[in-house]
Amino acid sequence: MKADPANVRPPIAMLAELTHRCPLSCPYCSNPLELARQETELDTETWADVFRQAADLGVLQLHLSGGEPASRRDLEPLVTAARDAGLYTNLITSGIGLTERRLRALDAAGLDHIQLSLQGTTAQMADMIGGYRGGFDRKMKVAEWIGAVGFPLTLNAVLHRQNLHQLPRAIEMAVEMGARRIEVATVQFHGWALRNRDAMMPTREQAREADAIVAEARARLKGVLVIDYVPADYHSDYPKRCMGGWGSTGLVVAPDGQVMPCHAASTIPHLTFDNMRDTSLAETWYRGGAFQAYRGTDWMQEPCASCERKTVDFGGCRCQAMALLGDPAATDPVCIKSPHRAELTAQADAHAVAGSDLVYRVMPRDKVSEPAD
Amino acid sequence: MEPGEIPYLPRGVRLHHDRVRDTWVLLAPERAVSLDMVGHAVLSEIDGARSFGEITRALAARYDASPDQIAADASGFLRALRDRRFLEVQA
Repeated sequence: MKADPANVRPPIAMLAELTHRCPLSCPYCSNPLELARQETELDTETWADVFRQAADLGVLQLHLSGGEPASRRDLEPLVTAARDAGLYTNLITSGIGLTERRLRALDAAGLDHIQLSLQGTTAQMADMIGGYRGGFDRKMKVAEWIGAVGFPLTLNAVLHRQNLHQLPRAIEMAVEMGARRIEVATVQFHGWALRNRDAMMPTREQAREADAIVAEARARLKGVLVIDYVPADYHSDYPKRCMGGWGSTGLVVAPDGQVMPCHAASTIPHLTFDNMRDTSLAETWYRGGAFQAYRGTDWMQEPCASCERKTVDFGGCRCQAMALLGDPAATDPVCIKSPHRAELTAQADAHAVAGSDLVYRVMPRDKVSEPAD
Repeated sequence: MEPGEIPYLPRGVRLHHDRVRDTWVLLAPERAVSLDMVGHAVLSEIDGARSFGEITRALAARYDASPDQIAADASGFLRALRDRRFLEVQA
């Protein structure tokens, strides 16, 4: 497969990181280590133009994310702009910053779907992980309002060693809330999460147990609750097909307008990113250097280059290869064919038994805006 | 799918013409399902008022096919959508 722009198909999904501001301080935060400051965020009109360009390019699904997207006071007009552009519009939120009034306004603006994150199934666990007291109770209130408005809901349970035992309850809660879908996502160790591997790495036994819980629940809840499952990465045999293949189906726009093939791509030092402020989305998608860098299979080294799975998982995650091996073109070390796999397994087992305090993602508090009501 | 069941697309699931790829898709929470002509024909008939039996008879008449064959083809497709919760039925 060549990275010739003529062979590149249009993207299907766009993740719009509206802001990096967030009231929570989750130890597995997936935003880059260097956060975009509020004053560099794209304004409402520029985002509206990004949405129109995305729809013209072929994007169907828009995910409004952050940070906490509700920290943007213009979230409602942004949803209107996204729907006017013809995009299926999904809000990915912790619920903090949403009120019943705002949810009604988002309904009127045409919001299609909400994905609500779950840090734990008890206030004690959720508030400890999110680093935000009262967050869980508020989230439960928000879930009630979401149900009252009638938004389709996905619950997104982020799991790791400290809360994996709560998985059965998380699935029950999704059913109780009337969610049609739950994402059971074992923490991916990128960015900030890398420094919390000792505190959060699941044990192999936990990973196996989670596999079994998910398999049982999928059978029992067929037609009631769809369960999408991201298993524990370091305990898998093959790597994740990250982003469905680099530059193949999805793209990310950062709060300051940088356009990236994945939300962690800024961890790869040699990449430079086009910005919506000065380059069209089509130009960036079809010809941008960061998108061309790992598109297709021409960039691969061995063992990927001759592997029969090379178009199945595309060598796994480039950012993980960078973070763990220092080479973004290496085979993801999660792969059992990687020469570094034995070392990774030993590391994972060591992290899983190491005791350590959580290192929270501390945010600059003064700029975080909350609605007045 | 029973002939008396009335299928409908729940909130958050809608047919959409993809003007860039010139094809019809079913948009659902965090999914876009590409539709072939048969899939689009079946979903276009679903209005939340008519039963599956009425829909298959209408399609059979339009495409000059047997209602049983249409029902067999459509049933598997709609079953898969129900399993994903992209389609609901009124009893």
